[in-house]
Amino acid sequence: MAKLYNESFPEPVKPTGPKDETVKSLLNFSKALSVTRYKNMTFETLNN
Amino acid sequence: MEMKNVQDAALVRQYIDGNERGIEILITRHKQRIYSFIFSKVMDRDITEDIFQDTFIKVIRTLKKGKYNEEGKFLPWVMRIAHNLVIDHFRRNKRMPKFQSRNDFDIFDVISDGEESMEYEMITSQMHEDVRKLVDELPTDQKEVLIMRIFKEMSFKEIADSTDVSINTALGRMRYALINLRKIIDKNNIILTR
Repeated sequence: MAKLYNESFPEPVKPTGPKDETVKSLLNFSKALSVTRYKNMTFETLNN
Repeated sequence: MEMKNVQDAALVRQYIDGNERGIEILITRHKQRIYSFIFSKVMDRDITEDIFQDTFIKVIRTLKKGKYNEEGKFLPWVMRIAHNLVIDHFRRNKRMPKFQSRNDFDIFDVISDGEESMEYEMITSQMHEDVRKLVDELPTDQKEVLIMRIFKEMSFKEIADSTDVSINTALGRMRYALINLRKIIDKNNIILTR
């Protein structure tokens, strides 16, 4: 007789939006990132 | 004027000019939509969070470098970045999205289908518009050959006859048209994939 396999799947998850920490870290990244241009070159600096 | 009522293009401008509040409002305004879009593809919260973060890191870097040139179309541009990062994710994992059947009915499955087609529509129309603009940037002789070959599907023999040049010249113009298009795409950091 063929074996029967059963797999239980997790409950469906609804998206609730990004975590507050994620948004905060993006805003911190943005504040810390500075871009300097010299002639045709671009330099990125993270000021933490 | 209340910053929250300011349009995306103006917020982008303010952010580029150094007002950090601009990006804060843009993220707050669009976070739910972009997050849902990514989640509808990867169906995993942690991966969605990572891709969401990577999307906005790319947005921030592009804006700060002054490479953003799609004024007025901020959301479709961000969607395309997110979409490309989702594709990168699946390429890295060498698998396509897996859909599992469940016994219970999940309303989000139905909603996400609608969202997907709308996002795809936005991405496609944005992409077509970009291509039209790019083609317009080409020198006239190259533009002419490219339009005849790609849009009118003419053979190089027909193009040569119609423009009164040799087949080799027509081929050369096509080659330079493609090289120049690639250059413009690279220079302006334009993403043209779906």
